[in-house]
Amino acid sequence: MVSQENAGPDPQTNTPAKLHVDDLSIHYGSHAALEHVSLDIQENEIFGIIGPANAGKTSFLKAINRMDMFDPNMKTRGSIQLNGHNIRKVRNVYGLRSRIGVVFPLPVGLPLSVYDNVALAPRLRGLKDKAELNVIVERCLTRAALWDEVKDRLDSLGSLLSGGQQQRLTIARALSQEPELLMLDEFSIAVDPVTTMRIEDVLKELKSEMTIILVTNLVQQARRLADRTAFFLEGKCLDIGVTEDLFTGEVKDQRTRDYVEGRFG
Amino acid sequence: MKTMFEATPINHKNLGRQKLFRFLLGSMTALLIFPVILIMGTLIYKGAPVISFDFLFSNPTNGMTEGGIFPALLGTILLVLVALLASVPLGVAAAIYLSEYAPDNWFTRIINLAIINLAGVPSIVHALFGLGAFVIFFRFGTSILAASLTLAIMTLPVVIVATRESLQAVPMAFREACWNMGATRWQTIRRIVLPNAITGILTGVILEVSRTSGETAPIMFTGAVFFLPFLPQGVFDQTMALSLHLFVVSTQVPEMPEAVPYGVALVLIALVLMMNSLSIALRMYLRGKKKW
Ligand SMILES: Nc1ncnc2c1ncn2[C@@H]1O[C@H](COP(=O)(O)OP(=O)(O)O)[C@@H](O)[C@H]1O
Ligand SMILES: [Mg+2]
Repeated sequence: MVSQENAGPDPQTNTPAKLHVDDLSIHYGSHAALEHVSLDIQENEIFGIIGPANAGKTSFLKAINRMDMFDPNMKTRGSIQLNGHNIRKVRNVYGLRSRIGVVFPLPVGLPLSVYDNVALAPRLRGLKDKAELNVIVERCLTRAALWDEVKDRLDSLGSLLSGGQQQRLTIARALSQEPELLMLDEFSIAVDPVTTMRIEDVLKELKSEMTIILVTNLVQQARRLADRTAFFLEGKCLDIGVTEDLFTGEVKDQRTRDYVEGRFG
Repeated sequence: MKTMFEATPINHKNLGRQKLFRFLLGSMTALLIFPVILIMGTLIYKGAPVISFDFLFSNPTNGMTEGGIFPALLGTILLVLVALLASVPLGVAAAIYLSEYAPDNWFTRIINLAIINLAGVPSIVHALFGLGAFVIFFRFGTSILAASLTLAIMTLPVVIVATRESLQAVPMAFREACWNMGATRWQTIRRIVLPNAITGILTGVILEVSRTSGETAPIMFTGAVFFLPFLPQGVFDQTMALSLHLFVVSTQVPEMPEAVPYGVALVLIALVLMMNSLSIALRMYLRGKKKW
């Protein structure tokens, strides 16, 4: 059953995959960060990716957002299709990125006001109407569990917020793109447990609006949220399946079970 | 517990050194102030008596030994402004390209090398280049335009380097965060990079103003003259300039009252300080507080 999950359209509904990754390899110079990964992610699912450090999880997300263009050292091979379009053939890479929201583990509050941080993406796509911007800013900050803390100082600099606040600001900014694909990379590292739970609840709600890839270093977080989960290790995707199966069902590779049960290394 | 905080011999030695170096470095810094005080003191002491409204705002008379320096004062302001108009847009544009767009290849490296070399060219060579290029080849004649363009070329490296450094001081993470949202390079530059680099760009402008207003050689062959009985009417006219005027009144005119050169020098310095304080004020207003 694991192998069936691996490729092609969703076996149940036969809809084409939201994201179709075929034989993806990523190199930094001669160093392989990811090798021959193929997987499908369905519309409106939360797809978890777990695995120890240096497994290639972050590199995988970077490839989807075409961040290899920022790093002449990073080379990708294989194909990634979003909505059936090969992202490497997309002429308008800015359009592609604007549909994908990303949140990386190191929060980046831009040196703009809190308000302008969240209003940036709407403004980039040409929105000027103040009232509309206000609505978007409040909605995104609320969803990122930050609104209550900053609603009285929307003018203060986003880059001077605390680390945890900047992380939620980054999430709010990603949401302000109204993305169809949201990619979160270990977002809870800089956030306290209570806030983490609040954001997790929001992610469950967001699922109806977008597809979410959740890279997490907490296997229990994947278990709580992800419909399906992939296990990456040393640049390879060793297992992929319905999340609960990784914990209790049949696994393709014994190391997957060892990892989720914390018997690793 | 007590023994833990008692100074060991090593501690004593380190503390002693710490005090010694602090003192040495501090007193060397203090030494820097002396030349400044000496120069300013002498200029004010000897030059201030000749400064008056008439000195600033009337034409020189009687072989420049009497009257004022207005044509030179105005000339310097014009030369600096026209030079800024030419070099700031050009320099900032080049710096943006080099910092934000240029790939790291041999061509970029050659350009960077050229900029460094341009900064090292002596001003007399710039003067001859300006004479050949602007006065003769472009047929601007000896004029404010030719002189200002010569000054602009000479100070271009200053503007480019100051701007490029300040652009590069903006962390890469900000750019990537912005690109990741689908912003183009230009959108990122305009909304994130430039606003945070503006203070550095103004630093370049300050340096340029100081340098251009004092230069003599580059303008001597290209647009500035010893004496003009009228004010320039446009950028194609020749002009007097404070720096050249200072050279003339200190060395070329017999029976010049001793105070006049000091007065001219004082005005020149005051002018530079005034133009600088304008951009310093702007810089302070923009910097406001720490951004990250
Ligand atoms: N910018 C980079 N340059 C060179 N090597 C990198 C870079 N980013 C990641 N790597 C290497 O690629 C491998 C995978 O890294 P990464 O994708 O960050 O894994 P993970 O997110 O699972 O920790 C690691 O061996 C890492 O050292
Ligand atoms: Mg990572």
